[in-house]
Amino acid sequence: MIGIYLIGALLLVLALFLNRNKTIAFVLLGLFLILQATITIYSYSNLNSTEWSYFTYDSLSVLMLITLGIIAVPAIIHSHIYLEDQPAPPESRAVYYGAIVLLITAISAGFLANHIAVIWIFTEITTLSASALIYHHRNKLALEGTWKYVFICAISVTFIFIGILFLSLALQNAGSDDLSFKNLLAQSASLNPFWLRLSFLFVFTGFTVKLGLVPMFTAGVDAKDKAPAPAGALLSSVLMNLGFVGIYRFYIVIANTPLHHWANLVIGISAFLSVFVATVYMIKVKNIKRMLAYSSIEHMGIVMLGIAAGGIGYYAAILHIILHSFVKSSLFFQFTQLYRVFQNKNIYHVGNYFKYNPSGSMVLLFGFISATAMPPSGLFVSEFLIFRSLFEANQIILLVAVLLLLTMIIWAFGKNILKILFIPPVGFDDSHVPVISPWESVTQFALLALTVYLGLNPPHEFVALIKESILMLPN
Amino acid sequence: MIDVLLITFIISLFYMAIANRIRTYIKVLAFQGVLLFVVVFLQLKEINPINLALILLETIVFKSVAVPLFMAHVLKRNNITREAEPFLPNFVSLIITTLIVVVTILLANGVTDTHLDKIFFVVALSSLFTGLYFIATRRKIITHVIGYLIIENGVFVLSLAVGNEMPMLVNLGIMLDIFASVLILGIFLNKIGDVFKDTDVNQLSNLKDY
Repeated sequence: MIGIYLIGALLLVLALFLNRNKTIAFVLLGLFLILQATITIYSYSNLNSTEWSYFTYDSLSVLMLITLGIIAVPAIIHSHIYLEDQPAPPESRAVYYGAIVLLITAISAGFLANHIAVIWIFTEITTLSASALIYHHRNKLALEGTWKYVFICAISVTFIFIGILFLSLALQNAGSDDLSFKNLLAQSASLNPFWLRLSFLFVFTGFTVKLGLVPMFTAGVDAKDKAPAPAGALLSSVLMNLGFVGIYRFYIVIANTPLHHWANLVIGISAFLSVFVATVYMIKVKNIKRMLAYSSIEHMGIVMLGIAAGGIGYYAAILHIILHSFVKSSLFFQFTQLYRVFQNKNIYHVGNYFKYNPSGSMVLLFGFISATAMPPSGLFVSEFLIFRSLFEANQIILLVAVLLLLTMIIWAFGKNILKILFIPPVGFDDSHVPVISPWESVTQFALLALTVYLGLNPPHEFVALIKESILMLPN
Repeated sequence: MIDVLLITFIISLFYMAIANRIRTYIKVLAFQGVLLFVVVFLQLKEINPINLALILLETIVFKSVAVPLFMAHVLKRNNITREAEPFLPNFVSLIITTLIVVVTILLANGVTDTHLDKIFFVVALSSLFTGLYFIATRRKIITHVIGYLIIENGVFVLSLAVGNEMPMLVNLGIMLDIFASVLILGIFLNKIGDVFKDTDVNQLSNLKDY
């Protein structure tokens, strides 16, 4: 199935690049969504089987594929609406559709990879497709954002490769040369600790560009700002999941060695600094998309704190990253409508959104409540469990510091969202405001309702899948 | 013999630290490509000859010929002035590069593994940190790309260290080299030259938090 999926998706990408007709593009995108749904269903029904010796449908990849499959549908719908509203030349449109399909394909294949070099190759392909998406408007600011993204991603991907080289050195002691995660886990007792340490440092630093943590998060913030909002939704939800999967699979290997405590320290420092940086910028930021991007960084920091803390934190981290994908993507999708009304991204020039789009405002309000992890959002459950795991790991000072920073983020986020919703902007001429149909907000309501359902009353299979993906971790 | 070549590689890094003109950087990169070509020939004895021929071809064609020619073309086309404008004086760059090599040698002394020849480790890490240093302290966008190419050379040296047991990794490294270089150089450097008349990094600070 993976062969059919990859070849089929590549043919669709090629066809979308060459096509200039809107109806044919519609048909091709529909075909791709059917293909994506097929591999998602296939992966769940063939759990734990391996294909082409490099792709395994294990529980973590199935969870991530289902999340991706659910988010891909509104991403393509809203891309279509976006390109109807802001018409682009047919070449730009073709590149956009082709790049978005390539991005989703590369992320899916990266989720399924069971060999560290394969996930590295697909991470590199996501850089290529994401940069094509960021460059969509082809103006000076977009070029700057794309250049920064491409350059920092290239350096980070090189770092990951250096980490793979050190990992092969670590493996030489064990007399093996198979870099698949299964083999690494089996040989974890005989890996050379010095090389393993260096390897983990480099791989972790490299994947932080996708995951959005200190030190390489800066490229992602510019990318989410400049990319069209539906593409920004994908960049800040499922692409971050790919970074998480890359780090997580390596973390499972290192957690079964004596370096577990040291790795927790490295992840914990990076995660705490990410939450700190996100707080600092959230207080200052005036661009709505950048605000959402920094909020993503804060959530990824919380997820990695859960991983570093251990215990119930492992379960909570995976739950949090899945629910966060739904919430953040719904906020980005709503932003397309916000931009249609106000034609501006700056918080000072936006306001009184309730008057122009009541259903959209409700989405923003519920999205804000979800993103700041207030009940009844599912994120409340996962964040609460992460705080509990930090408490049980005796990291009280860290917990208090993180709670203080999160309070400041809630204040900054709330101040901005409430201004957008209720306070009229200065000098805004509302005679040309387009009427936005409430039906466009249905996808976002569905995504937010899904987070409530999965958080408060998760189905048994969902819980079983998460528990299975944390099985290999100690304690 | 390999040791001599790799030490010459490090000396070329020092030369780059004090060089003034961008053309010199490009010539040194071509020279490093030739050095790596000979190292590959001497080091990778135990792999399939076809694979070896492929790697040799990539090294000499890509690192020594194609990329330097392309960079020269970009220089001419965008009328980039020949000075590489550093933020720090060249002498300070030389001292810092020396410090980088010394620290790497000290770090390598902590390696007790018999599988790795220490010189590869030293050269690779020195190139990595020197490349990062170049990226951080030079004003022009094209020197950022040159810093990235130095990092690439360092990664290639490291992959040669494990290349006998796992030749696949050397191939992957070459793939990364070609892919990332084509992406960065081919597509964006030209666009940057067309849009930003002044190829100065200070031009790239318009994306701010208002």
